[in-house]
Amino acid sequence: MNDLAPLPATGCRDVPVLRERGQREVFCGLTGIIWLHRKMQDAFFLVVGSRTCAHLLQSAAGVMIFAEPRFGTAILEETDLAGMADAQDELDREVDRLLARRPDIKQLFLVGSCPSEVIKLDLAKAAERMTVRHAPQVRVINYSGSGIETTFTQGEDACLAAMVPVLPQTQARELLLVGALPDVVEQQAVGLLEAMGIGPIRVLPAPRKQDELGVGPNTVFALTQPFLGDTHAALERRGAKHIAAPFPFGEEGTTAWLRAIASEFGVASDLFDQVTAAPRARARKAVAQAAEFLTGKSVFFFPDSQLEIPLARFLTRECGMTAIEVGTPYLHRDLMAPDMDMMVQGPVFSEGQDVDLQLHRCHAARPDLTVCGLGLANPLEAAGLTTKWAIELVFTPVHFYEQAGDLAGLFSRPIRRRSLLKLDAAQPPAARAEARR
Amino acid sequence: MKLAVWTYEGPPHVGAMRVATAMTDLHFVLHAPQGDTYADLLFTMIERRDHRPPVTYTTFQARDLGSDTADLFKTACREAYDRFKPQALIVGASCTAELIQDDPGGMAETMDLPVPVIPLELPSYQRKENFGADETFFQITRALARPCEKTPRPSVNLIGATALGFRHRDDITELTGLLLDMGIAVNVTAPMGANPTDIARLGAAHANVLMYPETGESACRWMERELGLPFTKTVPIGVGATRDFVAELAQFLNIPAQLDETRLRLPWYSASVDSTYLTGKRVFVFGDGTHVKAAARIARDEMGFEVVGLGCYNRETARDIRATAKEFGVDALITDDYLEVEERIEALAPEMILGTQMERHIGKRLGIPCAVISAPVHVQDFPARYSPQMGIEGANVIFDTWVHPLVMGLEEHLLHMFRDDFEFHDAAGASHHGGKSVPRSAQSDAADETGSMPGADAAPVTGTGTGTGTGSDVVTWLACAERELKKIPFFVRGKARRNTEKFAADQGLQEISVDTLYEAKAHYAR
Repeated sequence: MNDLAPLPATGCRDVPVLRERGQREVFCGLTGIIWLHRKMQDAFFLVVGSRTCAHLLQSAAGVMIFAEPRFGTAILEETDLAGMADAQDELDREVDRLLARRPDIKQLFLVGSCPSEVIKLDLAKAAERMTVRHAPQVRVINYSGSGIETTFTQGEDACLAAMVPVLPQTQARELLLVGALPDVVEQQAVGLLEAMGIGPIRVLPAPRKQDELGVGPNTVFALTQPFLGDTHAALERRGAKHIAAPFPFGEEGTTAWLRAIASEFGVASDLFDQVTAAPRARARKAVAQAAEFLTGKSVFFFPDSQLEIPLARFLTRECGMTAIEVGTPYLHRDLMAPDMDMMVQGPVFSEGQDVDLQLHRCHAARPDLTVCGLGLANPLEAAGLTTKWAIELVFTPVHFYEQAGDLAGLFSRPIRRRSLLKLDAAQPPAARAEARR
Repeated sequence: MKLAVWTYEGPPHVGAMRVATAMTDLHFVLHAPQGDTYADLLFTMIERRDHRPPVTYTTFQARDLGSDTADLFKTACREAYDRFKPQALIVGASCTAELIQDDPGGMAETMDLPVPVIPLELPSYQRKENFGADETFFQITRALARPCEKTPRPSVNLIGATALGFRHRDDITELTGLLLDMGIAVNVTAPMGANPTDIARLGAAHANVLMYPETGESACRWMERELGLPFTKTVPIGVGATRDFVAELAQFLNIPAQLDETRLRLPWYSASVDSTYLTGKRVFVFGDGTHVKAAARIARDEMGFEVVGLGCYNRETARDIRATAKEFGVDALITDDYLEVEERIEALAPEMILGTQMERHIGKRLGIPCAVISAPVHVQDFPARYSPQMGIEGANVIFDTWVHPLVMGLEEHLLHMFRDDFEFHDAAGASHHGGKSVPRSAQSDAADETGSMPGADAAPVTGTGTGTGTGSDVVTWLACAERELKKIPFFVRGKARRNTEKFAADQGLQEISVDTLYEAKAHYAR
C-alpha cells in the first residue's frame, strides 16, 4: 500500500494516558443541537431543561439564528418540580401546542438536560406516549444532552444512537455513512465512493424523515466523525459491520478512510487510484501552502470535541507540527486506534480535565499554537499564546480532500495573523506592555 | 413549563458571575455541572475579557450524584482558595445543583476558610439574571460593608456597574468626570473595579449614585437603611435626566448644581433644521426598565419622536414602566417572550425600534430600523471607542446612534420625488448604510411592506387590523389602493397603512380605495 507516508514502528495505540478528574471547561451535549437542527430539516429539538439550557443554546451559537429556529427549551419552573405527573402533563401540552404551530415537523427530539435527569423526568416514556399520540405524522425520540452525561459532540452521538433502534430493518447490502456533515462535504464523499462503483450509499442522519434508511446484518458503515462511540455500538447491535479506518481529515486521512471502504467493497486498486489521484494532488498542494506556516511549530490541544486525536495526527504527519499534549474529553480506544497507530510517540495524551492544572502545563510548555474552547482563548492570547478556538473545527467544513487545505488554514491563520500585526511604534517606546494596558 | 426560543436574561447564577467578574480579589465557587462552564465565554468572547472569570465550577457528573457531590464541592472550594487567595469567597449553586440540595453555603461555612465566605441563594426556577446580580451584590455589601468615618470632602459611590453590562465601562468614566466637575470625589465604584476591601469602606461616602437599579438597588436600599447613605433615583441618561440627576445630587450633598455643558451637542443637533425630518417619527421602545424609561423621555422630549409603545423584559421594574407608559398614553408590554414583543411591534408598525439585540433582529425581519439601547449584550455593544450612554457625552452618543439607522432628511425627500427611479428607490435602503444596492424589480416590490408577509401582494388584502382597534373592523384593501400604497416610501408605508386602516375603521368602511388612502392622509396631515 503506497497510500501513506511511512508509519512509525510503534505508534501511540498503547501509550499510557493521563487521566484527570478535576474542573472541566467544556460544553455539554446540548450544543450539538446547533448543527443537528440545520442538518435534519424536518426535525425539532425540544430541550426539557432550565433557563441555563436556553441561555447556553443562545450563547453557544455565537450569533443568534433568528430564522425561526427548529429548537427551543421547555423551561422547568418551580411548579414542575413539585410533582412529576404535572411535569408530564405540562410537557404534553407544550408539545401539542408546538406541533399544532409547526405542522412541518416530522421528527421531534425530546432532549434531556441536567435538571431533567436529576429529577428523573422520564422522557423515554414521554417520547413513547407522544409517538403513539402523534403517529404517523410525527415520530418522537428521546436522548440526553445533559452536561452530567455528555460533553459537547457527544450530544450528536446520543442523538444518532437514539435514532438507530427505530430505523427499519433491511437485508440489503448498503454502505452507511454516519455523522452529520455539511451537505457539500457529504456530497463530495458520496461522489468519490460512487465513482468507485460503491453503492447504494445512505447517510445517517438523513436530511428528512422520509429519506430514511434501513439497517441490518448486511449493512456496512463508516464513521465520518470520531465522537460516535455509542452510535457505533448501537449499529453493531443491529448487526451492521463497522469499517475501521483513520478519520477522513487531511489528504492522508481521507485516502486511508476511502481505502478501507474500497477494500470492503473489493474496488480494484487502479480504479481507486484513478478516482482519487486528482483530488489527492489538489489536497496535498493546498495543505502544503498552509503548512508553510505550521512546519516546525508545536501544538497543544485542550479537550473539546474528541476531534483532537485525528487532528493531531493530521497536523503532525501532514503539516510538520509537533504535538505537546493532546487532550480529549473521552478516549475511545478502539475507534481511535487507526489514528493513534499513525502517530509517532511523544505527545502526552490526556483524557478528562483539570483545567487549572492543564493551563499550568500549557503555560509551562508555551506551545506555538493552542487549540482550546472559547472560554480560554482570549485569556491565553492575552498571556501571549496563539490560539485556535476548537468550536470552529466543528462548525466549518473540514473533512475530505477538498477541505484539507481549509483545515490546515484554520490552524495557520492565527499564526499568520500574529506575524502580520505590527502594533508597536516604529521607534521602540519605553514600555510596550504599558502601552497595551 | 414554558417554551422559550430566545431569552432576554440568563439564569441567576450568570448574574452572580457578572458581579464576581466585575470585581477583583473575589472568587466565586459555583456548584454546577460541566456544561455550565459555557458562561465563561460570555465574558471572554462578548466582552473580550483577557482573563477567565474568577469562577471555579465543581463540574459534577452523573456518576458523582448521590455519592460525593458534597465532597467535590468542598475540594473545589479549598483548592480555589489555595490557588487564587481571594479576599472573600462567594458560593452558590446553579439550577442543577439547586436540585441536589447540597447546601454549598452551609458546607463552605464549616470549612474554616480564613476569609469571609458569602453564601448566595439563587432560585433558578423562579428568578433570572438581573435578580442574581442584584442579590449577589446585596449579599456582598451586607456581609462586608460597615459604618465608617465619612470622607472630609463630598464623595459618592457609583453603584451597579457589572461585567457584561450595556456600556457600563464608559458610563463610569463619564460619570466620574461629571462628578469631578461638580467637586465630588468617587469613593468606591462597585461592583465594577472594587475588591472586598473597597466594599468595606462604602460607608465613607456621603451618598450613592445608583447607576443601574437592575443590579444595584437592593444594595443601595440596604446602605440607605444601615449606613445612612441616600441614593439617587434619577438615572442620568439623556439631557433632561442628566440635569435632574445633577440637581438631585447637589441637594443630597448641599452643594451648587453645576454641569459643564460645553461638550453637549444633542439639544442643538435636535433643534437644527436638518433634524426636522425626525418630527413625530413613531418609535417603539423595549429593553430593561432603566434604559426604556430613559429612552422614552429622550425620544419624546429631546428627539421629537412619538412613542407609540414601550415595555420591558424584567418584571422587577414592571411597576415603574407601567407608570411611564401611562404618562405616555400607551400600554406597557411587560414580557420576556420575544414572540410577544415581535407581535406587538408588528401590530404597531413603528417607524423605528429602540430595543435590544433581539429587537434588532425583529426589526431586520420586519424591515424596521432599530437602534440598540439596552442589554442583553452582543459583541457589538462593546465598541472599541468611548461610547457611554450617561451624562453629556452619553446624550451625544445617543443622538448619533438613534439617527444612524434612519434614512436622512434630504434623502427622504429625494426618495419621495424620484420614487420610480430604478436605482434610487426605497427598497435600496439608506445610502449611508453598507450593502449592495438592489435594482428595482417586481420581486422586491412584492416583498416590501413591512417585509413581514410574503405573498401579501395578492389583492385584495385584508387589513392588518389596528392592533388596539375595536375588533369589529375587518377592512379590505382594494388592489388599486394596495398598489398606490406601495408607491409610498418604505419608511412611512407602515404608518400610512395603519393610519388608513384606522381611518377606514373609524368611518365604518369595509373597503379601502385610493380615495380612502388620500382621505386618511388628509385626515392625519400634520
